[in-house]
Amino acid sequence: MTLRRRFVERDRQSHPPAYAPGYKTTVPRSPSQALVSLQTPSVSELTGPDFQKLRMGPHDNDLLLNFRDGTAPGLPVGERVIMFGRVIDQFGKPVPHTLVEMWQANAGGRYRHKKDSYLAPLDPNFGGVGRCLTDEDGWYHFRTIKPGPYPWPNGINTWRPAHIHVSVMGPAISTRLITQMYFEGDPLIPICPIVQTLNDKEAVGTMIGRLDMARSRPMDALAYRFDLVVRGELQTYFENQ
Amino acid sequence: MQQPNFTPTANLMLRETASQTAGPYVHIGLALAVAGLPERDEEIWNELAKDSASGQRIEVVGRVIDGNGDLVRDALLEAWQADSSGHYQTAFDLKAPFNSFGRTATTAEGDSEWRFVTVKPGAISRPDGRTMAPHINLAIFARGVNIHLQTRLYFDDEGEANADCPVLGAIESPSRRQTLIARREDSEGGLPRYRLDIVLQGEGETVFFDF
Ligand SMILES: [Fe+3]
Repeated sequence: MTLRRRFVERDRQSHPPAYAPGYKTTVPRSPSQALVSLQTPSVSELTGPDFQKLRMGPHDNDLLLNFRDGTAPGLPVGERVIMFGRVIDQFGKPVPHTLVEMWQANAGGRYRHKKDSYLAPLDPNFGGVGRCLTDEDGWYHFRTIKPGPYPWPNGINTWRPAHIHVSVMGPAISTRLITQMYFEGDPLIPICPIVQTLNDKEAVGTMIGRLDMARSRPMDALAYRFDLVVRGELQTYFENQ
Repeated sequence: MQQPNFTPTANLMLRETASQTAGPYVHIGLALAVAGLPERDEEIWNELAKDSASGQRIEVVGRVIDGNGDLVRDALLEAWQADSSGHYQTAFDLKAPFNSFGRTATTAEGDSEWRFVTVKPGAISRPDGRTMAPHINLAIFARGVNIHLQTRLYFDDEGEANADCPVLGAIESPSRRQTLIARREDSEGGLPRYRLDIVLQGEGETVFFDF
């Protein structure tokens, strides 16, 4: 008997289509041919990297402390927030020890990137990148500031809602996923062309971080909970032929 | 009570979190040096194989091209490949001579080529008895790419193995199979070099997989 791992087929309706002309950059960057489906997933797709030996720095998940450019020692400007949640699969099973990475703009909506020339200033105490491994039960957490919304060239007056980019590996390259967490109640969410690439309201709901007062820290930081659901893992035994 | 941000689908499974583009600044999060950020002690990057790795050390390079024929200069690529004996090394460890996983990027500067230093992977036998030709699994993330694209890179000097590979065989159009074959080129005394451009759309469009 051999154990064979399988993942629940990815429901492409739960994801944005490649071609979504409201988000203009997809027009030249979306494949015009259909994806080729691999009927028999192999070890190439069913395995993936395990990052438990990747050494994290003490502040890798603390964006309040993990960047200083030396000119103004102190804390970043902005609303202090705790972003936390669980990585689980579609059957609700926690995904332990998996790598969660995130990056974001500062409180003014400016990214620390050579190519970002938005007129909001850089914050000398804010880099905007974090990473951590989930614990035994799939929990992760970051401490950061709430990013600002920012304008971008798409329509004439197009703005991104406040968002944090989130990357998760999961148990195999089949579960690899990059998404964005939006903040509950943000009026820019329903008018954002990137959010609108999704045709499905419920799918948009999977990307909303919810205010969690119980886990907020009095006189310190508000907490937003954001659970990440990766493809469900099925394990079946089969007789070798 | 707080409502969770996930919902069950009709068959009572939870819905997978939706994908969103990695955006123009993906390098801040996943390729810090490319964004101009200081690197942490340990970063995931493009050298999968050190000198001491067993097997044939090679360099794999290419570009990412859009439907207008222009360079995509803000992409992030991830590689997942077997070692030279055809086994995946799942424990990622920067001290190991070889890692199955790596990242690389295209950039705003120069010719905007991505690059991996690795070893040529071995062939992989499947439970059904068929053998997959040596290959590197690639994922492409970028601005304007709503969900990452998944492809494979094969080698042009593995003609026989490529002809028998069930995954290449699953591509109906023989001419489209060629979009996955990296060409060995003269590398003037450096590591043997293989080159493959990834074409997102249009003429010569790369085959992308769903799995
Ligand atoms: Fe962004």
